[in-house]
Amino acid sequence: MQANPWIAGMLAVTVCAGCAHRQGAAPALKAKAAGTAIVVVSGDKQLGFTGALLAQPLVVQVNDDQGNAVPGALVAVTGPHGVAVDPAQVLTDDNGQATIKVNSRGSSGRYEVTAMSQDAHGKTFTLAVAEYAAGYQEEVGSEVNGKYCSRCHDSESTTEQVSNYDNLAVKPHSFASGDVYNKFSDADLTNIIARGGPAMNRSALMPPYGWTLNKAEIQAAIAYIRLVSDPPYAAPGVVYAKH
Amino acid sequence: MQTHKTGFISSCKAFVRDPFRMFGIVSVVVLLLLTIAPAKDYLSEWHGYQRQYLNFIRNRGDAITLRRHFVGGIHQIWIPQLDVVDRCETCHVGLTEASLADVKEQPFRAHPVMPHKLTEFGCVICHRGQGAATTVNEAHHSKMAGEEPILPARYMESSCGQCHQGPLEGTPKLNRGRVMLSRYGCVSCHSISLPDGTKLEATDNPPPLSHIADKTTREWIYAWLKDPTSYSPSATMPNFGLSDADASDISAFLIANSVPQPGDQIALPAQGHGPEPDPAAGASLYGESFCASCHATQNAAGNLVGGDLGPELTNVGTKVKPEWLLGWMRDPQKYDPSTPMPQYRWTDAQLKVIAGYVQSKSNPDLLANVHLAPATRAQIAHGKQLVTEYGCASCHEIRGVPKPDNFGPNLSRIGSKPVVQLVFLPDMEHSLPAYLTQKIREPRSFGSTFRMPRYNFTPSQVEAVTTALLSLTDRSYSLPLSLQVPGMRETKYQPAGQAGQIMTNLNCLSCHRINGHGGDMAPDLSWEGSSVQRQWLDEFLKNPNTLRPALIRRMPKFNLTDAERTTLTDYMMTVYQTSSFQRDEMPLTGYTPEQIEKGRQLFYSKYACQSCHMVNPNEDKGYIGPTLTKVGARLNAAWIFHYLKDPQAMRPGTIEPNQHMSDDDARALTAFLMAQKTGAGQGAK
Repeated sequence: MQANPWIAGMLAVTVCAGCAHRQGAAPALKAKAAGTAIVVVSGDKQLGFTGALLAQPLVVQVNDDQGNAVPGALVAVTGPHGVAVDPAQVLTDDNGQATIKVNSRGSSGRYEVTAMSQDAHGKTFTLAVAEYAAGYQEEVGSEVNGKYCSRCHDSESTTEQVSNYDNLAVKPHSFASGDVYNKFSDADLTNIIARGGPAMNRSALMPPYGWTLNKAEIQAAIAYIRLVSDPPYAAPGVVYAKH
Repeated sequence: MQTHKTGFISSCKAFVRDPFRMFGIVSVVVLLLLTIAPAKDYLSEWHGYQRQYLNFIRNRGDAITLRRHFVGGIHQIWIPQLDVVDRCETCHVGLTEASLADVKEQPFRAHPVMPHKLTEFGCVICHRGQGAATTVNEAHHSKMAGEEPILPARYMESSCGQCHQGPLEGTPKLNRGRVMLSRYGCVSCHSISLPDGTKLEATDNPPPLSHIADKTTREWIYAWLKDPTSYSPSATMPNFGLSDADASDISAFLIANSVPQPGDQIALPAQGHGPEPDPAAGASLYGESFCASCHATQNAAGNLVGGDLGPELTNVGTKVKPEWLLGWMRDPQKYDPSTPMPQYRWTDAQLKVIAGYVQSKSNPDLLANVHLAPATRAQIAHGKQLVTEYGCASCHEIRGVPKPDNFGPNLSRIGSKPVVQLVFLPDMEHSLPAYLTQKIREPRSFGSTFRMPRYNFTPSQVEAVTTALLSLTDRSYSLPLSLQVPGMRETKYQPAGQAGQIMTNLNCLSCHRINGHGGDMAPDLSWEGSSVQRQWLDEFLKNPNTLRPALIRRMPKFNLTDAERTTLTDYMMTVYQTSSFQRDEMPLTGYTPEQIEKGRQLFYSKYACQSCHMVNPNEDKGYIGPTLTKVGARLNAAWIFHYLKDPQAMRPGTIEPNQHMSDDDARALTAFLMAQKTGAGQGAK
């Protein structure tokens, strides 16, 4: 029997409509203005639990070539697999800013959310914003960091927690400085944390915590350091044989 | 049709007549039947995963090791006493392979580091699901009654809480959630008892309402009932979603029901009958008294600054009546015997200044639009009915309204509630965590007749409470007693005698913990008598100076009489001692210069104590730990020695690291520290 072209056509239309529906195609927004660059206002480099909404929304701003905010520019936001952004398309408000809720990735690690917009000539420019998804271990590590480490390693003071950074003769490194920490293997970091700075020929101002924290807590702290490191940490991993 | 049938019959007949052909065909059929079992086994889901695993590890660098560890077939962990038969490892093949920790995709990822062995507890005790199943669907999802779906990873800490009834270092979310159940008064309506028989108790300390008319106005009560967060964003009182009429009726009832407290209205000396505004003096007395240790206020940027032990004071002048405020500040326990607020022993002049300052923190706009007509008898009666219906007396003491028993459902085993017993909203995920989350976030979304109020929780707070509730499972009751790890329960300790009276009056236990009872804002005083020298303690109570420069919560100065101070000092030095060492087993003075010099070197080089502590005020800068400039006049030598040896044993939870010091080093450091008596940095470089 020959396929009825009408039925085939109808089928194709239905399937397409189904696809469109599944992707939740938002009513297409039209840009009212165009800028030349996107910058982050707030909400980048946040630590969120895996699969949970980030505490602060991501706020980006579209600027023109003079650096002035552009209201009404269309910003499209995409995340990697498993990251939900809401809304995926938005026009910048009167201050030229767009606010996007980001739902953290399901597996732990660093990921990038990309914001895109187009200039007057239809050329696309993008901005990649890094966020951190903390699994259980990183979450515990961030608690350890808050209690034992951040007083010295975080140079920012708040009214609730005054930083000791400025008082130290040898300055500790911020955990975000990947170019420092990425050179250390997990074993090296464990050594420094458990036996103190002198164990790895570093400053004695770093005291040993091996008799205060247990093994799991030290591993959690390292997982946290690896997560927030910038540039990101690449585990040595396993070597794949060639085919 | 007829031809078909006759054809079939004739071929059957030919078949029976020919035994060779029959034998051949029957053999083929039997052979086919025999292959069904192995084929079914080969095509089974778990077998597929194991083949996939072998394929997956083939090209890895560690393939040889992994291949050697791999054993095909169904694997199970069987622990009869825990009722565990877990076959999860059949598909999750790489669970114990440390080198697979970098694998992101399931089911081959190695299990993250955990405090227990896989073979001790199996999988389902923490992850839920059906351990004995050998298909993904059956193992991960629930279809029949009594089956549990897999617990989403974000609530995993709840599983620790089945055995561990107290806070754990590794379960921050669960700890937060458990505190919230008490802190937000959830347990006032929902009774929650733990497997060891203890009952969770509320710690939110809601004020009594029997004398409320002394304290505030009907308009304020109305506005507060309508939306507590409009008065104070940090309010722990939830929103009951009351209509204007209902809120008006309840406020009418509470005012009409209130009786004046005898002696509550204090008479002040002749000039001025109320608090007097003197902003400069008020602000400085507010600061000196460290009111902000417990009470928060909003700063210009709209952020809350201060502690959360007492109510937020940003708009308190709009709420309280001036006469009441004066009486409260003179003796808070008269109005509310269970208040954590201390009696400050302010002089009349100070009272006026501080009350005037606090009264000036007001925002008249809050009540500008509240105009209530005088209440009728019917309204008051309706108000009383509403107060009873909403269970207000579960938390607040209200004259004439008895505290209801078990007002809300008992939640002692909520974590095992079968999904079939829950009513879900349309478009809602059918799982217990999803139900609890929605119930906490928007209780009235399940129906407008529900009485449960809405709390102003952030998503992470909702998750924490859900985690704490999910830990209350049937399994926590059925586990062997040997696995129960009870938490440190709050004792009912109260100091005795005359000193005890002063301490109750000062509410020392609101901030300090003694013998397992009290707050966590300030140091534990259980061993204070072993720790400090008598003369220092006496001086400190006279004028509490700051020991830890980085702290913003500090000990306020109470105007204690000499006699009161002596009583307190005597009591603390005698009663609050540790049994682990003798206070005077090491001398306060008389250390040799060599010892002191050795201690100085250890202090500055080997242990680098100066990163957190100050000994020489001109050189050292560290201010994470207490200042040690005069430590030789403050602490006992034996305390310093034992503290250096094991800080956490002397002060549980302190962040001072245990340096695993030798006795010699600890003795030398003690000598060096004991030499610091006048604050001039003796023996320091």
